[in-house]
Amino acid sequence: MTGSPLVEVRDLRKFYPVRGGLFARGRAQVRAVDGVSLAIAAGETLGLVGESGCGKSTLGRTMLRLVEPTSGDVRFAGRSLLALGARELRALRREMQIVFQDPYGSLNPRMRVASIVGEGLAIHGLGTRAERRRRVAELLELVGLPAEAAGRYPHEFSGGQRQRIGIARALAVGPRFVVADEAVSALDVSIQAQILNLLQDLRERLGLTMLFIAHDLRVIEHLSDRVAVMYLGKIVELASRDEIYRNPRHPYTRALLSAVPVPDPRQRNERMLLGGDVPSPIRPPSGCAFHPRCPHAEEVCRTVAPTLETGRGGHAVACHVFPADTPGKE
Amino acid sequence: MALLDVRDLRTSFFLDRGEARAVDGVSFALDAGRVLGLVGESGCGKSVTALSLMRLVPPPGRIASGEVRLDGRDLLQLDERAMQEVRGAQLAMIFQEPMTSLNPVFTIGSQIAEAIRLHRSVSRREAWARAVELLSEVGIPEPGRRARDYPHQLSGGMRQRVMIAMAISCEPRVLLADEPTTALDVTIQAEILDLLRALRERRGMALLLITHDLGVVAQQADEVAIMYAGRIVEHGSVFDIFDRPLHPYTQALFRSIPGIGGRRERLEAIPGQVPDLLSLPSGCTFRDRCPRVVPECATIVPPFEEKATGHRAACIRV
Repeated sequence: MTGSPLVEVRDLRKFYPVRGGLFARGRAQVRAVDGVSLAIAAGETLGLVGESGCGKSTLGRTMLRLVEPTSGDVRFAGRSLLALGARELRALRREMQIVFQDPYGSLNPRMRVASIVGEGLAIHGLGTRAERRRRVAELLELVGLPAEAAGRYPHEFSGGQRQRIGIARALAVGPRFVVADEAVSALDVSIQAQILNLLQDLRERLGLTMLFIAHDLRVIEHLSDRVAVMYLGKIVELASRDEIYRNPRHPYTRALLSAVPVPDPRQRNERMLLGGDVPSPIRPPSGCAFHPRCPHAEEVCRTVAPTLETGRGGHAVACHVFPADTPGKE
Repeated sequence: MALLDVRDLRTSFFLDRGEARAVDGVSFALDAGRVLGLVGESGCGKSVTALSLMRLVPPPGRIASGEVRLDGRDLLQLDERAMQEVRGAQLAMIFQEPMTSLNPVFTIGSQIAEAIRLHRSVSRREAWARAVELLSEVGIPEPGRRARDYPHQLSGGMRQRVMIAMAISCEPRVLLADEPTTALDVTIQAEILDLLRALRERRGMALLLITHDLGVVAQQADEVAIMYAGRIVEHGSVFDIFDRPLHPYTQALFRSIPGIGGRRERLEAIPGQVPDLLSLPSGCTFRDRCPRVVPECATIVPPFEEKATGHRAACIRV
């Protein structure tokens, strides 16, 4: 990591109560985010990857305090988000924005594009009406939409164009930190490339810091400086992009990478199959939550939860069997 | 003679705004035990092609013309009753979202048993026993107990296994799989693809694998057909397509996907949008997004012709 962190997460937890069946007492909880600590440097893109239900979206939303955490802390530019009152939080929202996956569900169908993109400006009382109109025009150009898009409604646009509208809306208030939650997952491949390129350009032009959440390992590799791998509410490995893709240590990371179908018919690889499904986050397995599916599990894995230890080059792993590579430790 | 021979298939949707030619003259052949990957983006007509083969195109869609020959017999000429006997028994289909294809109020065992009894004269007890066997064959643990589960009690990957068990229950000659792993996580996807491969090898089934994922195609297919705006624009062996893609659309698809051909700073995106079937460009429908376009592309519908042995493409610039 380079520079001081812009966003810092400390031991963050988000548990949801589950209303069980008829006779349940309402004690069960989904441990969606279960003790996550990480930091993102200014200007850095951290990729967050994991399978459905691993808690990656909840983590992204909790980091923006769109979802109230159960415990832990989120710091933005050194200030604790959780200590802020409603008014201060609203002011800070200008700095932190989110782009959602679904370009169909996340735009109000009754609002014109100009109102959707300009809504944040109006809420924050930024500029006069005329200035806001100019800013909307600028934003549309920035994300590659024609100026006349301002007067049209979301349904008149294709999925890729709607995602551009969502990005323009997020950027309107001039954020420093953007969470992109599966922002390209719903798009066709030819359109996905357009949006990935747009995000890359905007990141450079505006110096954005990003949390890029995706389940597609190829997309994560393309866009991230560092990558965090999440399983059942916990980060199991976090390292630079090259370390994750060339020197993965955690058996789950290795299984994920080997499951990606290689786009080369001459490399029909034997995959490392995990067997079994992702366990329920309501009753995560004891010890290391991955142990029932792990081909390398030992006795200790069944009883003791491994902690995320940082080794050489900032490569952090939470695994008893393949621990972080620490200098001076055999 | 090919097991499945599709010739000049045309299926249109008749909308208020006009006729959308979702499948516009598609031809291909598929031999027993082989896998054809049908690749394209949303709206290109790949799913409607599969539904047309099953004769399950929903209105306002209609098969306009063509032939779908299975073992020489044209399915489009059969009456509905005869077609019902073909569906499931000789030609079966699995869909992307298994939850919507399973009935929520019946156990999975009874749904598979019912599918068997539609085509085979066996007792209830025999059909149930066969259903449990099939659940075991598709890798569902404790199949006897699981057969009594309802669809909502299963994970997405398990539901897709149930769909596959139901699809193979009457030993179809051809399986049509429409994005069978798109809704699944990558580790589960790998397991389902391995399962499909094992079943195919064991049973000598032919597989039409519809997908947008070139990685899945590279791993599974013998042959690949690339579809764009209702037409197949390129067709060849999987090695032809990956080693020497000919059509500019195929080439552009490869360049636009991260992780193909090594790591790049920037992807080469295909400009423009996936086309609207109701307002297609004249001539070649890819021309307004094509980097190699010349004026003639606007006037000539490019013939789908052999450019190298067994490797066909529809482009006048190749």
